[in-house]
Amino acid sequence: MAEPFLIGENMTGGYGAVDILHNCTIAVEKGQIAVIVGPNGAGKSTAMKAVFGMLNLRGGAVKLAGEDITKLSPQARVRKGMGFVPQTHNIFTSMTVEENLEMGAFIRTDEIKDTMAQVYDLFPILKQKRHQAAGELSGGQRQQVAVGRALMTQPKVLMLDEPTAGVSPIVMDELFDRIIEVARTGISILMVEQNARQALDIADKGYVLVQGANRFTDTGQALLADPEVRRSFLGG
Amino acid sequence: MDILNALVALLNFVFIPALAYGSQLALGALGLTLVFGILRFSNFAHGDTMAFGTMWVILFTWWFQSMGISAGPLPTALLALPFGIAITAAFVLGTDRVVYRFYRKKKAAPIILVIVSTGVMFIMNGLTRMIIGAEEQSFADGARFVMTAQQFKDMTGLQEGLAIKATTAITVAIAAICVALLFWFLQRTRTGKSMRAFSDNEDLALLSGINPERVVMVTWIIATALAVIAGTLYGLDKSFRPFIYFQLLLPIAAAAVVGGLGSPLGAIAGGFVIAFSEVFVTYAWKKVVGYLVTLDLAPETLLQLLSTDYKFAVSFAILIIVLLFMPTGIFKGK
Repeated sequence: MAEPFLIGENMTGGYGAVDILHNCTIAVEKGQIAVIVGPNGAGKSTAMKAVFGMLNLRGGAVKLAGEDITKLSPQARVRKGMGFVPQTHNIFTSMTVEENLEMGAFIRTDEIKDTMAQVYDLFPILKQKRHQAAGELSGGQRQQVAVGRALMTQPKVLMLDEPTAGVSPIVMDELFDRIIEVARTGISILMVEQNARQALDIADKGYVLVQGANRFTDTGQALLADPEVRRSFLGG
Repeated sequence: MDILNALVALLNFVFIPALAYGSQLALGALGLTLVFGILRFSNFAHGDTMAFGTMWVILFTWWFQSMGISAGPLPTALLALPFGIAITAAFVLGTDRVVYRFYRKKKAAPIILVIVSTGVMFIMNGLTRMIIGAEEQSFADGARFVMTAQQFKDMTGLQEGLAIKATTAITVAIAAICVALLFWFLQRTRTGKSMRAFSDNEDLALLSGINPERVVMVTWIIATALAVIAGTLYGLDKSFRPFIYFQLLLPIAAAAVVGGLGSPLGAIAGGFVIAFSEVFVTYAWKKVVGYLVTLDLAPETLLQLLSTDYKFAVSFAILIIVLLFMPTGIFKGK
């Protein structure tokens, strides 16, 4: 099998002297959805931040489309085609929805109208509220702004850190639907999720992390069917 | 009772002076609040940036006058203004390069930057006094009045005069233009929006590829330009003395805090709140009240709430009240 589109291979490292990740591998194929799940403190977000270059790796490598990007800063990775939606503080609250999208496209020098129209097609509610301050929107709408902002760079990979944290189950379902739609346009999705069952349900690939290391790796459906995974991580 | 004359006296001695003073404070507070919003510290050197810049404007004014260059009815200082801004902005950017950037890279706490800016303040203060001296300088020229008190009396037949100084009119007009330009810049241009984004959420701004050093540079330039304009207008309207400018930091900081630190709209509102309060409590109301009551009720005293010597107490009092009861200010700053 050819190398995955984006892969963080055998990543070891942490924020300070103590390693949080131990030989952890996370990968996603073109146009597919990969989900990282696991118990609290398993290093899910840390693994994702490592792939995005937000912590120093002592071992391992990150490759995007075959190119080694381990040494690149997060900003440089954005220019390489990676989009990142942080878990919190992921929008400019004092700016309008449209300005949030414009800021998302800050590094682009070409026309951004079409991309903005695509984002509005994907999230029609944002078009309605485009002149409203993003901080005034509901939790689910704010997440849509956050994802929309990241999509404005036309990324090849979109990384989402718990996109459904703190939103209602109905909004969560809708967000997952949108994420599937984004993946269908050829964008690879790598996300960390608390709602493991629903997330694995839409995942092409699932990673169960425990204490910063890979515990189970399989397709989302296979993990859902695995009795051990069910018992340990999905509550039966 | 003579409401009309009372109103004219009120306009002449309270409203118009406070409007001019408020415009000057608002411009100063805008610069302070921008630096706070982007660099996240209160710049104690702001008052002395005003003094330093105004000094250069005065030096250029003298030079232009010696060459016989003038702006006709307008003060020559307006021609000198761009040069004063350019030199001061260069100096402030130099300061950023050798002082502030060092602490920014170390991610120093805001209080450390405040203390650092106090050091910068002393240096700018010293330079200003070394170059132009600590004495008072007057550099206003051109027409003195748009309308004199006598003209107004002849025109209306009222007993009370209403004078509009040229410097007052220029102050209000230039302040309005600056504010309009600033808001257009912040709301409509890419660079302006990137400044707002940076102020709103620094991490996300970095993720979006906004260059922090560029945002910081543009912020310093705009804040400096506003400070030099505010200083020059204040100097034209009153007079220039380095020490007075250093003291202006207090009402300006109070204005920024009252409006909500980091909020440009708040800085403007705060400037006028401080200016009107200051003029209001230090004005001798005898005349206005004299027009409004019958002769036998006319007050004996000046009806001045506070001597002008204590005008800074007003800023202090407002500052303390706001910090106690409304710490985020009128427009919900930081």
